[in-house]
Amino acid sequence: MHSRFHTVTLAGLLYGLLSFAAFAQDKTSESKALHARTDAAMCANCHGSEGRAVKGSAVPSIAGLPRDYMVQQMQAFKDGSRPATIMHQITKGLTEAQITSMADYFAALPR
Amino acid sequence: MKRRYLLQAGLAIGGAQALALQSLWAAAASLPAKTQVIVIGGGYGGATAAKYVRMFSNYKINVVLIEPNTSFISCPMSNLVIGGSKNLTELTTSYDALSSKHGVTVVKDKVSAIDPQKKTVALQNGGSIGYDKLVLSPGVDMMFNSIEGLQAANTSGHILQAWKAGAETQALRKQLEAMPDGGVYALTVPEAPYRCPPGPYERASQVAHYFKQAKPKSKVLILDANPDITSKASLFKKFWSDNYKDIIEYRPNHKVTSVDTGMMSINFDVQEPVKAQVLNVLPSMRAGAIAVQTGLATANNRWCGINYQSFESVAAKDIHILGDAILAAPAMPKSAHMANSHAKVAAAAIVAQLSGLESNPAPYLTNTCYSYVSDKMVVHVASVHQYNAEEKTYKTVPGSGGLSSEANALEGTYAWNWAQNIWADSLL
Repeated sequence: MHSRFHTVTLAGLLYGLLSFAAFAQDKTSESKALHARTDAAMCANCHGSEGRAVKGSAVPSIAGLPRDYMVQQMQAFKDGSRPATIMHQITKGLTEAQITSMADYFAALPR
Repeated sequence: MKRRYLLQAGLAIGGAQALALQSLWAAAASLPAKTQVIVIGGGYGGATAAKYVRMFSNYKINVVLIEPNTSFISCPMSNLVIGGSKNLTELTTSYDALSSKHGVTVVKDKVSAIDPQKKTVALQNGGSIGYDKLVLSPGVDMMFNSIEGLQAANTSGHILQAWKAGAETQALRKQLEAMPDGGVYALTVPEAPYRCPPGPYERASQVAHYFKQAKPKSKVLILDANPDITSKASLFKKFWSDNYKDIIEYRPNHKVTSVDTGMMSINFDVQEPVKAQVLNVLPSMRAGAIAVQTGLATANNRWCGINYQSFESVAAKDIHILGDAILAAPAMPKSAHMANSHAKVAAAAIVAQLSGLESNPAPYLTNTCYSYVSDKMVVHVASVHQYNAEEKTYKTVPGSGGLSSEANALEGTYAWNWAQNIWADSLL
């Protein structure tokens, strides 16, 4: 009886711990997603809300562009191999992690 | 009383019916007794914050936006109205999409008082609303009383500021149209910091562009309290000497002490008075009155000190302050783009705090600012501001940011697209 009680209690405790860990992990990944989304939102002022520019805009939409293409282009702006009016100045202020996180974010959005 | 009754009825019915009732209240412009986030001010900072708190919370957090104006009129691009190449309608965006598309409750009213202890906001038309988080984006107030005679001259319409886009923008355009050829337009610039550092020089360029086409014998006189042009100086000077050589005259270190509408003259602390047919006097500025009266303007009683990671006031918990009203971090201009960027970082911090998420350890902000030196030619300045956790402030990244190499028409197209995209990003 005693040992069964212990097993049940332990199982309950373990379940509680595991779900707490899962909850904490959910919160961490939710936090990271929010931070990535905030970083990506810095592009929206020029490239449109959620990366979708207004109709007829010469500044292009970036939602749904392939991730690797976006990383390449931002690096090309950064090292000067792709000429620009403004993007070379912006990309020089971004970390590699910010560049890949933004590319991930916009690549996952529908065009 | 009726509102309270309706609210309770709505709660009792619950679910879909309550939602239907809620939209009815919005239509009737009545108030909830309490909401999670209140945003004061529907400019670039406030409108963006309202929308992004909704978006970042996946539409779970309720937002009320309090704004006295019926629609949003952009300050950026408003110098083009003064120059004559755009009209105010083209710079105007409705607040409707914030409610219809994003579920923000827009209340057309002005806040008369904030109680940071009770966490309530009182409205001028009566009633008050409680909040969990308050976003304050009050913009700037002109300190008319810092210049003798200016308040009366502005009230009578003789001397305009037109630094808040709207009726004064059109009135200044009319003054310039009515001015005979051979007249002088005098623009005074206050000591930095003020809203939109390159704005006065863009305005001078726009008026010069208009004079060149329509009144070639007329002059633009810039009387600057600062020792030099405060933004994009070399670009403005080059374009002026190439295009407006006989029209624009720039005089630094001119601090205005008083104005005289009878003589149509401006007096300075040191120099001789200046007479002109059109006077456009920009006084010193400070955070909007509601911030000052709530005791949030901690820096010199003019600008609001904040925690730069979350934009929360240093003087009051759960009040986040955005835009031109804040005590800016080094090299951070008081611009529309900056306010829109502040709003996103603040919105994320608010959503994180209300949802039990971790705060962003390293937010960053961008700024781009375009100035039209004619109807088509543009110069820009851009910067990137990364949060520095050790120093608890934003720092520009060495080697990043910069200026246009020269005025160009390509950026004229980009500048207008920037405006359209940031209006959509803030309001649609």
